[in-house]
Amino acid sequence: MSRALDVFKDAGSVAFFALVIFAPFLGVQLGDNDAGNLTLGARPALLAGAVALVFAARVLMRLWQDHRPTSQAEKLGARLKPAGKYIAPALLVFALLMPLLPGLPAQYIDLGVLILTYIMLGWGLNIVVGLAGLLDLGYVAFYAVGAYSFALLAQDFNLGFWQCLPLAGVLAACWGMFLGFPVLRLRGDYLAIVTLAFGEIIRLVITNWVALTGGPNGITDIPNPTLFGLRFTMFPAPGTFAGFFHITPHPWQRIAFLYYIILGLALITNWVTLRLRKQPLGRAWEALREDEIACRALGINVRNTKLTAFAIGAMFGGFAGCFFATRDGFISPDSFTFMESATVLAIVVLGGAGSQLGIVLAACVMIGVPQMLQSLAIYRMLIFGIALVVIMIVRPRGFISERRPTISLGKAQAISADLISQGKG
Amino acid sequence: MAYALQQLINGLTLGMIYGLIAVGYTMVYGIIGMINFAHGDVFMIGAFVGIIVLTALTGITSVPLGLLAAFLLAAVFCGVYGFAIERVAYRPLRGSFRLAPLISAIGMSILLENYVQVSQGALERAIPNLIPGGFTLMDENGFVVQLSWMQISIVVVTLIVLAVFTYIVTKTPLGRAMRAVEQDAKMAALLGIDTNRTITLTFIIGSCLAAFAGVMFLLYYGVIDFYIGFNAGIKAFTAAVLGGIGSLPGAVLGGLLIGLIEAFWSGYATVAYKDVAVYSILAIVLMFMPSGLLGRHEVEKV
Repeated sequence: MSRALDVFKDAGSVAFFALVIFAPFLGVQLGDNDAGNLTLGARPALLAGAVALVFAARVLMRLWQDHRPTSQAEKLGARLKPAGKYIAPALLVFALLMPLLPGLPAQYIDLGVLILTYIMLGWGLNIVVGLAGLLDLGYVAFYAVGAYSFALLAQDFNLGFWQCLPLAGVLAACWGMFLGFPVLRLRGDYLAIVTLAFGEIIRLVITNWVALTGGPNGITDIPNPTLFGLRFTMFPAPGTFAGFFHITPHPWQRIAFLYYIILGLALITNWVTLRLRKQPLGRAWEALREDEIACRALGINVRNTKLTAFAIGAMFGGFAGCFFATRDGFISPDSFTFMESATVLAIVVLGGAGSQLGIVLAACVMIGVPQMLQSLAIYRMLIFGIALVVIMIVRPRGFISERRPTISLGKAQAISADLISQGKG
Repeated sequence: MAYALQQLINGLTLGMIYGLIAVGYTMVYGIIGMINFAHGDVFMIGAFVGIIVLTALTGITSVPLGLLAAFLLAAVFCGVYGFAIERVAYRPLRGSFRLAPLISAIGMSILLENYVQVSQGALERAIPNLIPGGFTLMDENGFVVQLSWMQISIVVVTLIVLAVFTYIVTKTPLGRAMRAVEQDAKMAALLGIDTNRTITLTFIIGSCLAAFAGVMFLLYYGVIDFYIGFNAGIKAFTAAVLGGIGSLPGAVLGGLLIGLIEAFWSGYATVAYKDVAVYSILAIVLMFMPSGLLGRHEVEKV
């Protein structure tokens, strides 16, 4: 009986705090009267409802904590573990076949394209954050460089997607190195704010350099990618995809083509990362993440190692940006705000920094779910924020937190999250 | 000369506001070593509580009383917000993986912005200038240098708040506990300091400072919306890092410098690139002084 009283007391105090917190925002509403002056209206019902909701949630949370079915869930988890190694191949097969599923509305393929773009960005940023342990809050800068390089090259020199793709990657990599130089000596949060500042600088320059970039109006009419010179149009003219193969043009063909391009790009990113992790460079990155001083003592060139991490991470960001420009056919500085960097970083951390598969799962959750909630309009970002906090509290180390050593004597053994001590890098 | 003097006045006023927010950042960083991304949004909450209180008191004719109520209520509500944010989003993650609190803080920031947007609308809200008038300091060929009462009030209020704050940190048992936890949390706990309570109080004090800054921002510019916290937060964070994160005088110095850079860059170069100037100077300073202007150089022991 005293237990129940305890729960109610606790929930009561939480509800009291909720009352204070909600009072100035849910309890009242600012408005304008006809004279243009501010007015204040009261919303007691909404306030009471919100507080009651918090009270009920707290009671339920306490009850759940008392009767948590611990052993059951853990047993189930252990039994499912062997199935884990089939997840990645299964996802790959699904990704390869998804556009071919009969009767699938085109909007789902579009969503797939969006998710794959973020998976690719996540894998690119993972090289910098997950492998090299360098906290980068301005990754969107390289995404923007890639997108604008393609848009400007296409606009001014009439180049197509396939010529610009490598150029965009190279340019972004150059920017990665250029911005990497000043931050070589910085650690932790100093590094975070400077990378954030670089991201903002690039966005502000794009916004204000109207003569070059069109400023806030952006760049329109960016060409679509072609399949060996065949364009995707709605008319079966010669030189188009439909005309060449003598089939009826359909918007599905263009979307599926885009889907396979980004799938290919993402898989290349994954493959390069997995290969690099087995090579001296990748191992130097991981050593750098764990302990920079020990790295120096062992003769690893810290400067070059950091710069290559920035450059390669930036290069994949540039590829993704180039693809983004061609997918939408329109880019503007609004697409390259700090929110993008934060989303990609959240995907990497939520996936369990360093895990390739974790990033895929995190991207599906973080990008896919908000898209499904499109109908909730303004509540969407609110839910996104709540979800970020809740997921971090429930799984601070991300979805896939165990780590398998890249190289070992004998059988490689996965290390659980609790044993991994992150470097301070 | 007159123009430069005017920019100096404007820059110092703005810098004071940035400095107040930056102190909150630097305190939290010093004590638990995390970037409190939601701090800029607490500042925004403060500005909104201020505008709501001032609207509720429309009938009251005594401006000083109304302002006092706005400042105090904003500080109280922001203190509760700071307390709740720490309790909900950061405490469960203390001692966890380094990036986890950062993501949680970014989530909190998104949450607060959208909470205010959903509950109060996305419109800009404006109030009239409550402290009109001022002096004319100088008149040079028709260019008049103005020092308004508003600017004087902001500087005076900031100095009072900072004086009280300095007293708390240097002279009271709470301040001693805060400094002890900052130096070594485990050792402080062994010596009988309630670290949890100290950290909570640090958040509350930092949030109160942000609330003061928020109400002053509202009074100075007269226009606020749910998004002001982002820019002000990033500027204040830049100020904290520029001054050397963890250093309290450094945060104020950084804030003043950023205010001055913004004012002079807007006055003599292009307004559009003022933020670019701020961030570039940050990058250049950190290139040569990796721990900021007044930050301690961290010696890492192996």
